[in-house]
Amino acid sequence: MKVKLFSYNQLDTFVHRLSGVTKLICFLLLTSAVMFTYDLRVIVCVFLFSLVMVKVAQISLKQVKPMLIYVSIFLLLNFILTFIFAPGHGPELYGSRHELFSFFGNYIVTKEQLLYQFTKIMKYLSAIPLGFIFFLTTNPSEFASSLNNIKVPYKACTSLSLTLRYFPDIQKDFNDVSFAQQARGLDNSEKAPMKDRIINTTKIIIPLIFSTLDRVELITNAMDLRGYAKKPKRTWYSFRALNKEDYLSIAVSAVIFAISLFMRFVVVKSMYYNPFI
Amino acid sequence: MKPIIEFKDFSFQYFSQKNPTLKNINLTINQGEKVLICGLSGSGKSTLGNCINGLIPFVYEGEVSGQCIIDGKDQSKMSVPELSKIVGTVLQDSDGQFVGLTVGEDIAFAMENDCVDVKSMHDRVLDISKKICIEDLLEKVPGELSGGQKQRVSLAGVMVDDVKILLFDEPLANLDPATGKNTIELIDEISKETGATIVIIEHRIEDVLHRHVDRVILFEDGEIKADTTPDKLLASNILIESGIREPLYISACKFADVSVKEENFPSDINKFTLNGLEKENIKVWVKENAPSQKEKGEVVLKLDNLNFSYDGLKPNVKDVSFEVYKGEMLAIVGKNGAGKSTISKLLSGFLKLDSGNIYLNGKGIGGDTIFERGQKIGLVLQNSNQMICNTMIFDEVAYGLKNMKVPETEIKERVEEVLKVCGLYPFRNWPISALSYGQRKRVTIASIIVMKPDIIILDEPTAGQDFRHYTEIMNFLKSLNKLGQTIIMITHDMHLMLEYCDRCVTILDGEKIFDGSCAEVLVNDDIVEKANLKKTSLYMLAEMVDEDPIALTESYINAERRNRNEG
Repeated sequence: MKVKLFSYNQLDTFVHRLSGVTKLICFLLLTSAVMFTYDLRVIVCVFLFSLVMVKVAQISLKQVKPMLIYVSIFLLLNFILTFIFAPGHGPELYGSRHELFSFFGNYIVTKEQLLYQFTKIMKYLSAIPLGFIFFLTTNPSEFASSLNNIKVPYKACTSLSLTLRYFPDIQKDFNDVSFAQQARGLDNSEKAPMKDRIINTTKIIIPLIFSTLDRVELITNAMDLRGYAKKPKRTWYSFRALNKEDYLSIAVSAVIFAISLFMRFVVVKSMYYNPFI
Repeated sequence: MKPIIEFKDFSFQYFSQKNPTLKNINLTINQGEKVLICGLSGSGKSTLGNCINGLIPFVYEGEVSGQCIIDGKDQSKMSVPELSKIVGTVLQDSDGQFVGLTVGEDIAFAMENDCVDVKSMHDRVLDISKKICIEDLLEKVPGELSGGQKQRVSLAGVMVDDVKILLFDEPLANLDPATGKNTIELIDEISKETGATIVIIEHRIEDVLHRHVDRVILFEDGEIKADTTPDKLLASNILIESGIREPLYISACKFADVSVKEENFPSDINKFTLNGLEKENIKVWVKENAPSQKEKGEVVLKLDNLNFSYDGLKPNVKDVSFEVYKGEMLAIVGKNGAGKSTISKLLSGFLKLDSGNIYLNGKGIGGDTIFERGQKIGLVLQNSNQMICNTMIFDEVAYGLKNMKVPETEIKERVEEVLKVCGLYPFRNWPISALSYGQRKRVTIASIIVMKPDIIILDEPTAGQDFRHYTEIMNFLKSLNKLGQTIIMITHDMHLMLEYCDRCVTILDGEKIFDGSCAEVLVNDDIVEKANLKKTSLYMLAEMVDEDPIALTESYINAERRNRNEG
C-alpha cells in the first residue's frame, strides 16, 4: 500500500479537529524553529514534541512505513556522504576541534563533526513527523475553505479541492491506458532505448488527455448546472471557524518558535551551540 | 393544468453542424407530469434536455429559432444558474458529476455557490439526505460509493434547490439491473412526494416503464414522431420502426402473433391481460421455437482456483474456477464492484495472481509478460478513448503487430484483412477522429483481433448505446464469434447476455456463484437477488400463461436470433 498525500481518515483527535490553516501555521512555525538553529537542545525538544503530536493524532506506523524507509535511506546516505566530502566541516562551524580517532590515515573523526551531523539528522527527523501530521490529518476541502478565508481567491481554492477530488480518477485512467498500451507491446521499461521511451510516453499521454478532456467537459457542465461562479463569493460546507483549540495550538507553536529564536540570539548568540567549550 | 415547459416551433442547430438537431418542435409538458423522452442517439432527445436546463444556448452555442418557455419565462432571456433554480439535472455519469470530496459537500455544492451560511447548509443537507436515504453516507468519498449511491447523491445535490422540474439524462446507463430498478422506484416516489415535473431521457423503455409514466415522447431525426400514452405506443409498432427496443414480453407476444391492444394495459406487466386463446397461442409458439441442444467445444481456457487481493487483507477474487470453451460467447455478470473487472485484469495479465493457475490450451501461462499475454488474451476496454493512441486507423490497428516485429508486408496484409472483417476497410486511411462512437469501438476491437488472440475479453461493449448501435456492435461481435473467435463479455445488461451469450458465469463478492445457461440464471430467485440482477419480464409472462419460464425464455432467444439472422 502506498501512502497517499492527504489520504486522511476521519478520526476525532485533538489534531484532526484543528483547522487546516492552524495546522499549516503550526507546521511552518515549528519547522522554522528547527531550521533556524543548530542548537541540539532546542531540536530535541521539538522532536519529542512532534512525536507526542503523532501519538495524539493516532498516526500508525503502518501508514507511514514506506515513507520512513525512503527517508531513512536518504538520511543514512546523507550522513555518509557528508562525512566523506566534508569531514572537517563540523570543527569549522563550531570553532573548536576535539579529535576522537582516525581511520584511512587522513579521515579524522572529531566530536564537533559527529555533533554537526547528528544535529542535522535530528533537524530532518523533527520536521518529518510534522509533515506527516499535516498531510494525514487535514481534510482537503476544509483546508481549501480556510485558504479562501485568508483571502486566497476562491476559484483557486475550488481548483485545489477539485484537483484532489479527481486525482485518484485520473490516476486510475492512467493505469488503464498504460496497461492497454503495454498489452499491445508498448515497452517503457529500462530495456527500451531513451528515444523510444519518449515516443512511447506520448502513446500513453495522448489517450489520457482525450479521456481527461471528456471528463473536464462533464465536470464543467455539472458545475454550471449547479450555479458555480454565479456570485463573486461562495461559502464552504466544510468550513469551520477557528476556535480556542486552534488559537491555543498556534500560541504554543509560536512560543516554541520564540524560544528557538531566543536561544539563538540571546542565550547562545550563534546558530551553532557548542557543548564542548 | 399549467404548462411548465413549452416549446413553440423551436429549432436548434449547433454551429459545428450542417443540419439542425431539433426541427420545429412543438411540445408542452404540464406541471407535475411524468414524461419519458426516448429516441436513438442523435435523434435530438439529449439536445432537448440541454435546452430545458439551459446548457443550450448558454454553453453549447448554436442557432435558435422559435421559443422555449420554462416556468412562464423565455429560456433565452435567463441564464444557466437562474434555470438551475427551476430545473435540476441529474447527468448520466454520476461519477464525473461528483464535484465534492465527500457526499455532504457534493450535496451542498449548489448552496455553496449561493453563499448560504454553513449552519443552514448542514441542516438542509441532512434533511435532503434523509429523504433519499443517504444520511449515513455524508462523510464518505466517491471511491467508497456504489453506482446507485452516487446517483442518489447527484439527485440530492439538485433537490436542495426545491426545483420544479427534475431532468434525468439516461439515468440507467451505468447501473446494474437491480440498482436501475431501484432508481426508477425512487424517481417515482419523489415525483409523488414533491409533485415535481419529471422528465426522463432514456432509451431503455422497459426499465423506465417499471413504474407509471404519463406520456412517452419519441424523437426521430430531430422531430417528434410520437407523443402519446405508453399503452398506445406499445400497441403500435412505432418503437420497432424507430429502432428502439420494445419490452421483452411485448416482443414475445408479437413473435407469437398475439396482437397487443391498448385496452389490455400493455405498459404495465402487472396489469397486462391476455385471453385464453392468446395464452394458448403463446404456449404453442414456445413449443415450436424450442432450441436444439448445442454441443460444447473443447476447453480453451481454464481458470483454476484464482485468488487475488488488492491490499493483501480483503480478498477481491476468491477461489474462482471455470472453463471457457472454444468458439463460445461467455458472459461474466454480477453487480458493480463484484470482481468481474478484476478477473478480466487477471486473465489479461495486468494484475498478478496471489495463487491459482490459468491454463490456455492446456498450458500454464502464469509467467507471461503483459505483452505476451496480450497476444493470447486481448482485453478491449469500455472507454475506447483509453485505448486509441494513433491518429490514423491503419496505424492504430497495426500498432500491436509492429511491436511484435511482424514484417511490413505481412502487417499490411493482416491489417487489411481485419479491417475488411470489421467493415472499416473503406476508412483505412482516415483519421480516427472522423469516426463515430461505434466505429471507434470497432477500431479498438480490430486492433486487438489483428494480433490473433485465442480469446478476446470485452468490458461492457455496449454501455450507453441505444438499441440500433448496440445491435450493430453485437451483430459484429456475433459475426466474429461465428468465424470461431472465443469471446468473453463483462456486462450487466441482461438483454445482451440473454440474446447473445451461450453461457454465463455470475460473480458475487469475488466468488463464483453460478455457471450455466443464461436462461436459467434469470429464473433463479436466489442468484438474481444476490447478484443484483433482475428477472426479465419474460418470467412474468411465463407465469401469466402458465408456461415454464426457462422454456419460454429459451424459445424467445431462439426466435430472436433467427429473426435477427433473417432480418
